Amino acid sequence: MALRDLTAAEQVAALQAGETTSLELVDAHLAAVEADDVEAFLAIDGDGARERARAIDAMPERPPLAGVPIAIKDALSTRDIVTTSGSRMLEGFRPVYTATCVQRLQDAGAIVVGKTNMDEFAMGSSTENSAYKNTLNPWDHQRVPGGSSGGSAASVAQRQVPWSLGSDTGGSIRQPAALCGIVGMKPTYGAISRYGLIAFASSLDQVGPFARTVEDAALLLRHMVGRDPMDSTSLDWPGGITLPTATDLAGLRVGVVEELMGEGIEPGVRVAVDSSLKAIEDLGATVVPVSLPSALSGLATYYVLAPAECSSNLARFDGIRYGHPVPADNLLDQYEMTRGQLFGPEVKRRIMLGTFALASGYYDQYYGRAQRVRTLIVREFEAAFEDVDLLASPTSPTVAFPLGDRTADPYAMYLADVCTIPVSLAGLPAISIPCGLSEGLPVGLQLAGPAFSENRLLDSAHALEKALAFDTRPPGLVT
Amino acid sequence: MSGFEPVIGVEIHVQLSTRTKMFCGCELSFGDPPNVHTCPVCLAHPGVLPVVNEEAVRRALMIGLALGCEIAPRSIFHRKNYFYPDLPKAYQVSQFDIPICGRGEFVAIREDGSELRVGITRAHLEEDAAKLTHLGGRRAGAEESVVDFNRGGTPLVEIVTEPDLRSASDAVTFLRQLRQTLLFLGVSDCSMEEGSMRADANVSIRPVGSHEFGTKTELKNMNSFRFLERGMDAEIARQEGILRDGGRVSQETVHYEPETGHITSLRSKEESHDYRYFPEPDLVPVAPDPAWVDELRANLPELPLSLRRRMVDDMGLSAEDALVLTESPELVAYFMEAAALADPKACANWIRGELRAQLRDAGTEPWESKVTPAHVAALVDLLAAGTVSVPAAKEVLAGMIETGDQPAAVVEAKGLAQMDESDLAAVIAAIVESNPDQAQQLRDGKDKVMGFFVGQAMKQTGGRADPQAVQKLVRELVLGS
Repeated sequence: MALRDLTAAEQVAALQAGETTSLELVDAHLAAVEADDVEAFLAIDGDGARERARAIDAMPERPPLAGVPIAIKDALSTRDIVTTSGSRMLEGFRPVYTATCVQRLQDAGAIVVGKTNMDEFAMGSSTENSAYKNTLNPWDHQRVPGGSSGGSAASVAQRQVPWSLGSDTGGSIRQPAALCGIVGMKPTYGAISRYGLIAFASSLDQVGPFARTVEDAALLLRHMVGRDPMDSTSLDWPGGITLPTATDLAGLRVGVVEELMGEGIEPGVRVAVDSSLKAIEDLGATVVPVSLPSALSGLATYYVLAPAECSSNLARFDGIRYGHPVPADNLLDQYEMTRGQLFGPEVKRRIMLGTFALASGYYDQYYGRAQRVRTLIVREFEAAFEDVDLLASPTSPTVAFPLGDRTADPYAMYLADVCTIPVSLAGLPAISIPCGLSEGLPVGLQLAGPAFSENRLLDSAHALEKALAFDTRPPGLVT
Repeated sequence: MSGFEPVIGVEIHVQLSTRTKMFCGCELSFGDPPNVHTCPVCLAHPGVLPVVNEEAVRRALMIGLALGCEIAPRSIFHRKNYFYPDLPKAYQVSQFDIPICGRGEFVAIREDGSELRVGITRAHLEEDAAKLTHLGGRRAGAEESVVDFNRGGTPLVEIVTEPDLRSASDAVTFLRQLRQTLLFLGVSDCSMEEGSMRADANVSIRPVGSHEFGTKTELKNMNSFRFLERGMDAEIARQEGILRDGGRVSQETVHYEPETGHITSLRSKEESHDYRYFPEPDLVPVAPDPAWVDELRANLPELPLSLRRRMVDDMGLSAEDALVLTESPELVAYFMEAAALADPKACANWIRGELRAQLRDAGTEPWESKVTPAHVAALVDLLAAGTVSVPAAKEVLAGMIETGDQPAAVVEAKGLAQMDESDLAAVIAAIVESNPDQAQQLRDGKDKVMGFFVGQAMKQTGGRADPQAVQKLVRELVLGS
């Protein structure tokens, strides 16, 4: 078995048992990272990674994750490693500090090998909005990996790294995980510090893990959660994350969101989701239909709130301290020309949408109303969780679509997140696990739970994962 | 007489003198080299988040409590969005519809002792912008503009009043006493020159008797109360001129040029900002524990208004005495310590009068001098007991300032004790005998000549005579009464 075929937990065990070294692991993965057949990486820190691997190999006592390689979405600030958030605006930008979640993983011994491609400032569902390049879906190089964390998802599916970090605002971890046939999790809002995550929409952004197994996702999550004094919206974690062990789902009540199983869901996706719901019942759970009447208003709500926040969050990129200022006669022209040249079309579209939504005279009609719908969605989830323990739905209404297929039609692209957005608006944890294939491409099942139900979510997803026995190896991948 | 009445409301920005900035751990400073007190947070590096400074919240609450404001159980921060190089995030974190301190009222005392009540609309927390300097000209004409981020992120409290003020002089009376109150709270340095206190005035006028408001202009950011008062008067006169000529006042920001006394329009086009306020998603609401608020309320220092009322009602001081003595917390403490030991009115007179006058040349304040409040009280007691005369006491005070000794010791050292009456009578007899002309004038009813005898007596006794006693003895000797 090749080192790259080991899960992260298996790599930890092999290292602890002295069967391999951190340097061996890092070298094996770096070879695939440097080859980068799926164009997943924007920056590679080979020398730094090998240096840290040697240092860890020399330690008398290994920290818990030592020295397993990891890839980091380029939206997360990494000291001295170029961090662009997929934008020309930050081309060549070397941060002076490291994001809290990355720092915690490094403190636990994880070795950052590089930064992964993404839609510019995390805005998109295919990674085609990257200012630098397209990332390819490891299952079919003619198709998108999903987005916005497409590089992180593809790098794990391609086994360039056993796991990676992404960020999820409306589905940017779960949807690419589904399209690449791996596990992706968005924790409860506030579970992981956002300090160092380059903001897209602050009230929705959340960091989370990609991995090939639920156990690995739990292991990574365990080392990131908990309050950070640098993020006042981060929360204490009651009891910590436990590694999943469940083998059945006896006694569990699972609700199927009716509104997310109807029109717009591809037949092949439906079939795969239905068969995994059958597997859930076979494991001893009760499956019942649940209605979230406002769920389908989620998309419209999201496309008011997220652009509004992004219009403010991205205002600091004015060309004076980042990017290359375009010379102009006066300050205002300089701002406009610099931003006009360095932001991509989707970012500009959302900044304009958000600026409009916050404009005086329109605020109540757009931002105010969207906030009220958001509250309604939160209440509907709360009501649903009085009856059921978890909610199930497809993660994405379709499997991976061909590159270029939706770039001319923003609304078609936005629909890719229709199933993931309601959960984001409610700030709840959700996990996507691969549940089957449709026309040879992976389908993801989304399980969502109440706030701080991560342990139950992980345990249930783990039991189901074992029952489904999905093979995460893309066809033709040689390790 | 003019037929118009000014209507004025003010907005005051107060920099809190906390150790660190509003949303990060950088130290506050004044006068340090540029851009040394900065970090990724106050420079708005990608990915950073603000964290509220609890000490700033504490001070904002103290201000709110001192102004009798309603304290919001749960206030929130908003983002105020605009592009400018002094604002690295391109938004200022401020408060909008739910400020930490709501309605309140401030009572000031005019010099004539009458009360001036000013409604407080709100007091909210926000962060200051960085300092922008235009080199080689103003604004658009500048050669170059440079930014110092040391100031960026300094905690500010903005206090907004109702349009309750009816003259520039009342506005300045209010501002001076508000400043005093803030100094007593110890929340800010309140230095107009250094910009730690900045005041803008909203000025309009209306026909006397009208209840409608006229169109207001905003007089920006004057760096002294004197200029602010002159500026308001100039703006009131300008608006009256416009209305009398049948014109209309336009809503704009104006600037007063102290050199010329002219009012100029500051910015009109740039002003049409839409700040696109929305709730700051990076911060949680400020929900101060009610027990904490109660504790802050209970521990507020006694404020100038209460002190002044106590000085007038219980200690027999004049309104003017009270105004002067509450100028600073240090002066109040000094006075109160002395007044606890001797007659308060006499202590007030000596401290605000002779002591400050004698110290003025040295540029020293009473509490910085060698004279302790207890020594002042002892001097007042010596006077009351007749041990020293008033002129001698002034000399004693000079000695106390120089040496820091007890007044009794100075009296002893300088031989300034008042002469007893029989010794003084002999001196007076000699003076009267050798000045028969003046004695005759006194007999003729020219009372003014008494000053001559007192002067002579003082001269010959080296100031040790009590002027009252001198007059009595001269009268007995010359007039037989």
